[in-house]
Amino acid sequence: MVSIEVRDAAVDFPIFDAKSRSLKKLVLGKVGGKIGTDSKVPIIEALRDITVSFKQGDRVGLVGHNGAGKSTLLRLLAGIYEPTRGSARIEGKVAPVFDLGVGMDPEISGYENIIIRGLYLGMTRKQMEERVDEIAEFTELGDYLSMPLRTYSTGMRVRLALGVVTSIDPEILLLDEGIGAVDAAFLEKARDRLTDLVKRSGMLIFASHSDEFLFELCNTAIWMDEGRIRMQGGLREVLTAYKGRDPLETLPPEVLDRIGEAPALSGNGEHA
Amino acid sequence: MTARRRVVRTAAGTLSPVQATSTIDAPTAAPLPGPPPRSWARAVADIRDGLRERELWSHLGWQDIKQRYRRSVIGPLWITISMAVTALALGILNAALFGTQIATVLPSITVGLIVWSFVSGCIMDGADTFIVNEGLIKHLPAPLMVYVLRTVWRQILLFAHNLVVYVLVCGIFIWAIDKPYHVIPNGITQPGLNWGIVLAIPAFALIVLNAGWVTVLFGIAATRFRDIPPVVQSFMTLIFYMTPIMWQADLLYTNGRTSSMAHLLALNPFYHVVEIIKAPLVGLQQSWTHWVVVGGFTIVGWALALLALRNYRARVSYWV
Repeated sequence: MVSIEVRDAAVDFPIFDAKSRSLKKLVLGKVGGKIGTDSKVPIIEALRDITVSFKQGDRVGLVGHNGAGKSTLLRLLAGIYEPTRGSARIEGKVAPVFDLGVGMDPEISGYENIIIRGLYLGMTRKQMEERVDEIAEFTELGDYLSMPLRTYSTGMRVRLALGVVTSIDPEILLLDEGIGAVDAAFLEKARDRLTDLVKRSGMLIFASHSDEFLFELCNTAIWMDEGRIRMQGGLREVLTAYKGRDPLETLPPEVLDRIGEAPALSGNGEHA
Repeated sequence: MTARRRVVRTAAGTLSPVQATSTIDAPTAAPLPGPPPRSWARAVADIRDGLRERELWSHLGWQDIKQRYRRSVIGPLWITISMAVTALALGILNAALFGTQIATVLPSITVGLIVWSFVSGCIMDGADTFIVNEGLIKHLPAPLMVYVLRTVWRQILLFAHNLVVYVLVCGIFIWAIDKPYHVIPNGITQPGLNWGIVLAIPAFALIVLNAGWVTVLFGIAATRFRDIPPVVQSFMTLIFYMTPIMWQADLLYTNGRTSSMAHLLALNPFYHVVEIIKAPLVGLQQSWTHWVVVGGFTIVGWALALLALRNYRARVSYWV
């Protein structure tokens, strides 16, 4: 059973400057009494009062301005940050895709990188070896796959990373934006794979600024603002409130075609 | 509308439009069921889940080694070569300084160096474990133990490469140490290599266990206090000279007399760690005291490491 439950969670980052992070202060503090008045470590309150509950089949978009806490929320939902206060429970295998390049080693070949990236995403070596051919075909990198990654262009790296990421079978898929830097023709191909991936996954949380991608992949949304959940509900309502206009009006017709008829206002954003 | 509850609070505490049709509960203070982040259960689960991800950490550990020798012609063989060169140089120096015979002293020096490079490697890399894995820690919800095991596994692989030097040295000088011999002139009569060599296996297992807690404990502490790695580094150099590696402990037991320094040496935990594996490998007298000391360190160390894991496991991703 795949589920994420978060109750009243907060994420506070302690900011240690060079001084407070060292032993000196602690030791000196013991010996010579309190030095200065800033004995307390400053804290950044990244998330506040987060209460969410996701279940199998949920497709949630995260929207909000830069620094609103989307990425931190994704990390909270992944279990990377355990809440400083409140509680979180995550059941299911999480595949976090925050940065396409993480875990990629420039010195080893494309093939080896495919395996490693898969291991990071919770796959086994055997599972990845079964997928290598299919990934190779998708990335169209051909003989380049046996070359070290450092010889690749940025676009080629993104292809490889996308190829691996879209080949897995995740229970909980957490996607952060940053699926760009690929040529348009390839993006068309990647789109199908991405859609397939989302269909395969038990749950999707997707942080993005792209209305088009959001409508294609999600049906509900959360609007993050200053580390809090500002609004939670159906994708169209949340986007309308967030942008101040109906997002479907501005999407090009071919996109509307692809995502099917304009989704009806669902009222409360609940999906079985 | 399902029966599922969804609580939404907005920044201002007012209700957002969508909530007009939702059931709204007051936020409950009761935490979700399951062990809290700071619990023994979560600390033990971290270790258990980490061990289970063998494919990941074993791959990462091996990759670290390959990485260092990427594009070099003989690759990781350099580990073996540099150890051989160091051991040989120290052996010659020792023979010249203390009037020892190279055939009897070189095996001891070689094993001492190999064990030392494992122990000091675990401590120094251990202190850096979470700091160098920052990128992965912030991107993957993996147990902390995965990074610990990556570090320890890398050191085990280095140890295995260095062990080749031991096999070579012993192969060459077997004639000098396969019968009772003196490591240094007028020293203790050592029994020579015999079946007791098998004790090296449990000895190494015990040292690996110690490497585990050292990495956990130093890793967590160094992530919070960034002064620890340089402090550890400078101390390790000091300890190297205080531990019988370049010089032989037999120096303190010449002509049947025990030097008072021997009691001081017994206070050095690294002496015992090196000795439990060196004694069986080069046929020295074996003493149960070394085993008791190292065993005691294993128990106390893991107790501390578990405590650190319990209290600070969840903080590491905030600190890196």
